[in-house]
Amino acid sequence: MDDIRKKAKELLENKTVQVVIGYGKGSGEEARAIFVRDAAKTDQLIFDETCLQNLAVYILKHEVKHLGKIAIVATSSVLRSIMILASEQQLKDGDLVVLGITSDGKYIDLPNFKAIEDYLATLNVSITDKEKELLKMIDAMTMEERWAWWQNEFSKCFKCYACRSACPMCYCPKCTTDSNQPQWIPVASHQLGNMEWHLMRAMHLAGRCINCGECAKACPMDIPLNLLTYKMIDEMNANFGVTVGMKPDAVFALSTFKNEDKENFIR
Amino acid sequence: MSEKNLYLPYSMIIEKVTEEAPFVKTFRLKFENEKEANNFSFKTGQFGEYSVFGEGESTFCIASSPTKKGYIECTFRQAGRVTTALSNLEEGNTIGFRGPYGNIFPIDDWKGKSLLFIAGGIALPPMRSVIWNCLDLRENFKDVTIIYGARSVADLVYKQELRDWEERPDVKMVTTVDPGGETPDWNGEVGFVPTILEKTAPSSKDTIAIVCGPPIMIKYTFPVLEKLGFSDDNIYTTLENRMKCGFGKCGRCNVGKVFVCKDGPVFTLTQLKQLPAEY
Amino acid sequence: MEIEKKLLKKASLEKLFEKLKADGKKMYAPVKKDKLVNFALVDTFGEICDDYILTVKSAKSVAFPKIEKIVDYEHSKNSSKAIDIDVSNFPEVVLWGVRPCDAVGFDSLDAIFTWDYKDNIYLARLEKTSIISFSCFKSDNNCFCTSVNGNPGGTKGSDILLTKISNGDYLVEIITEKGKQIIAKAPELFEAAPTEEKDKNLTNVPIKFNVKDITENSAKFFENDLWVEQSLRCIGCGACAFVCPTCACFDIQDESAGKNGTRLRLWDSCCFSLFTMHTSGHNPREVQSQRWRQRIMHKFSYMPERLNVVGCIGCGRCSRACPVDMNISEHLINLAEEVKK
Ligand SMILES: Cc1cc2nc3c(=O)[nH]c(=O)nc-3n(C[C@H](O)[C@H](O)[C@H](O)COP(=O)(O)OP(=O)(O)OC[C@H]3O[C@@H](n4cnc5c(N)ncnc54)[C@H](O)[C@@H]3O)c2cc1C
Ligand code: SF4
Ligand code: SF4
Ligand code: SF4
Ligand code: SF4
Ligand code: SF4
Ligand code: FES
Repeated sequence: MDDIRKKAKELLENKTVQVVIGYGKGSGEEARAIFVRDAAKTDQLIFDETCLQNLAVYILKHEVKHLGKIAIVATSSVLRSIMILASEQQLKDGDLVVLGITSDGKYIDLPNFKAIEDYLATLNVSITDKEKELLKMIDAMTMEERWAWWQNEFSKCFKCYACRSACPMCYCPKCTTDSNQPQWIPVASHQLGNMEWHLMRAMHLAGRCINCGECAKACPMDIPLNLLTYKMIDEMNANFGVTVGMKPDAVFALSTFKNEDKENFIR
Repeated sequence: MSEKNLYLPYSMIIEKVTEEAPFVKTFRLKFENEKEANNFSFKTGQFGEYSVFGEGESTFCIASSPTKKGYIECTFRQAGRVTTALSNLEEGNTIGFRGPYGNIFPIDDWKGKSLLFIAGGIALPPMRSVIWNCLDLRENFKDVTIIYGARSVADLVYKQELRDWEERPDVKMVTTVDPGGETPDWNGEVGFVPTILEKTAPSSKDTIAIVCGPPIMIKYTFPVLEKLGFSDDNIYTTLENRMKCGFGKCGRCNVGKVFVCKDGPVFTLTQLKQLPAEY
Repeated sequence: MEIEKKLLKKASLEKLFEKLKADGKKMYAPVKKDKLVNFALVDTFGEICDDYILTVKSAKSVAFPKIEKIVDYEHSKNSSKAIDIDVSNFPEVVLWGVRPCDAVGFDSLDAIFTWDYKDNIYLARLEKTSIISFSCFKSDNNCFCTSVNGNPGGTKGSDILLTKISNGDYLVEIITEKGKQIIAKAPELFEAAPTEEKDKNLTNVPIKFNVKDITENSAKFFENDLWVEQSLRCIGCGACAFVCPTCACFDIQDESAGKNGTRLRLWDSCCFSLFTMHTSGHNPREVQSQRWRQRIMHKFSYMPERLNVVGCIGCGRCSRACPVDMNISEHLINLAEEVKK
């Protein structure tokens, strides 16, 4: 961690960046995002097991960008998000300084996208045991049970959109759910409105979700939303042999057509 | 519970549709229910919520004068969902209307003074109500000057009325279009509203200025008025913020502590200067 | 009305519940479902959860539901008409297990929904609602009722307040006429008031700031770097407003099915970027710091000045629900200090 602080201090002092996005002490048990702009304050940066938020959500945020060039403390979730944003032309190599950090808090120098790609290739990016268990449970359900289970979960949703706001990949300036011409998705958070919203969200993240779990964590109603998007990744993995968010120039399975594709409806 | 449902609109029949300019229409609306018509009254400057059922509600000022009885009018530009749906309606169709809401132009206080109306683009509707209101009470006021500008000749709204006002000997009418917006047979002014205002140079003595238009026009018009000697108390304008309820509940139209739907939409420049820049 | 005090034996609590239920009242009480405690319609006393500090969502939805029909309509090519909704048949509701802060929260909603124009739908629901609150014997760091004129045993806003005393029985305070009517449903359950002091059974919530410092001065702090500083991490969702007992903002939307439809009022939040966006794309509150300022200023400056009520009751729900730890009391302490500078 000291390495990160030192590096952050250096970057701010020599004005390579104007802001370092990292973790600081929160009001409760979990750490919170902080935006260090003063080299003297880099000792506020912390890293431990309470540093959970996927900070990549701030990279494209208007007011953060407005501060100047960004350096970001990057866990594997942040790195994978950066790979997606790069693949979607939202970020260019060199746009930001990446301060890689291992899960046990060691600084890793990641000077460019290639270095990130190489580093990610060494990681085992899999879901948590708790998530595996939940998935197993859902997989074991019949179609009807599964439907009922999700209906119960969705019934709690009041469309606060915290899930969308917390996701680094939900950066569209105008979300489909906000379109009123046509009104694709009912605005009200009733059964139909909720179901359509969640189906749309899941579809829009299919093959883009890196399963950081941020959406589920953000949800004040505790809906395990990431399982929906994760399931998509799982399928993606099985069908297309891709793990999402591992390279900066990925092509998206759902928006790409290849001659050898199994489905032939498109031909 | 004796209170009535604040959200329940009146049924209004579209009596007449006038195409004013590309994408701009005026509806003349008549109450379907005569009793409601008789109980209804409004004052100039107020607005209402107009609705197409199934599409939603939209906020427009009442563009006719309270002195014209038996109907109200609104002029709107096709912009989004509700205004598009409204555009597709025809004479004889029914729409919803609730109102009137908001404060008023204090024309009683203006008695004995001269009036200077300055409007740009589609912002003539709120102005049209107060202009007609004042012209119908013409003897109450001294000089009346109207300066109206639009992007191009085609974009001028209320073409018939502009002609009527032009022909009145008791009104000084100046019409202008932005440079490049003129047609070969255009015989009005060419230039932006603030420039034409400066050129016209109306006296500020005992005069009230009423300014409505796009934010950019308003921004450049105020300094000219100040230069002409108008005090902030004698300059009136209207604000437009997104609205849903129209009566201080839905919480979306406030500028600082001021709710445009309840405290406005009419403000003096003095009041405007006290507001934070959130409009 | 002077507050009348009584005793309700521990064992009689369930009987009171049963009586009210038998009287045909719809009973809303805190229920634990999938790990979250929230108000829900309950059938039996056993479903009620009593081990919670505060429900995740507030109790406001009983009078101001997240989706509310405000007008019915019929529309076809040649005729359209609006149909009034019937507010006379709203159910009689008992809100059971409300916390004193939540009860005060209805004051803020009342202020908004009766500001010159009386919202008959909200009022009709509220009129049919009786509030039976329970004093707080537990609190956490997010609670700050005492900083906004409240207290864990406050009677304001409730019809009846129950405070659990040391032997497990309840001190009953009957605060309003509605409260009296409830007691009258089962007078046999109530005995002479206990002598034990109420206060010693309440949790201690330390005062964190002087609310007057903020309400009286914050208007001067409209232009201040503090808003950006505080809101850099805010991601602009609706979580804080949706769990808040005093947020009243709403959207209006039409939903049709064939010829018929309803006009709905739906919860909305000033923290959403589209909240104030004009159709033209112009947005008076373009960035999140302006929206965050609106949230704080509305509650602590505009509402006090225009409606004579502080728009926050210090429940701390927004802090608990916020995905990025925008802790409101911390921000208010901050603001109070800034204002004093
Ligand atoms: C006081 C006042 C007076 C006005 N007078 C006039 C006038 O005289 N003439 C005129 O032409 N205009 C006037 N306007 C502007 C006019 O109200 C708007 O142009 C008009 O409401 C646009 O409506 P729309 O349905 O076409 O737009 P849309 O953008 O389609 O909006 C449709 C409805 O849905 C809502 N909406 C849109 N997007 C979203 C979303 N993402 N989420 C939730 N809700 C959404 C809107 O608030 C609106 O109620 C006035 C405005 C005000 C405040
Ligand atoms: S887990 Fe959720 S927040 Fe994370 S990338 Fe997937 S959808 Fe977005
Ligand atoms: S965060 Fe939860 S409650 Fe909010 S919109 Fe997403 S799923 Fe619904
Ligand atoms: S602003 Fe937060 S603390 Fe205050 S009443 Fe609302 S939810 Fe509770
Ligand atoms: S804080 Fe925001 S959402 Fe809540 S009532 Fe005030 S303006 Fe509305
Ligand atoms: S303060 Fe928290 S809950 Fe509220 S809008 Fe910001 S991120 Fe969402
Ligand atoms: S329009 Fe609803 S508060 Fe002003």
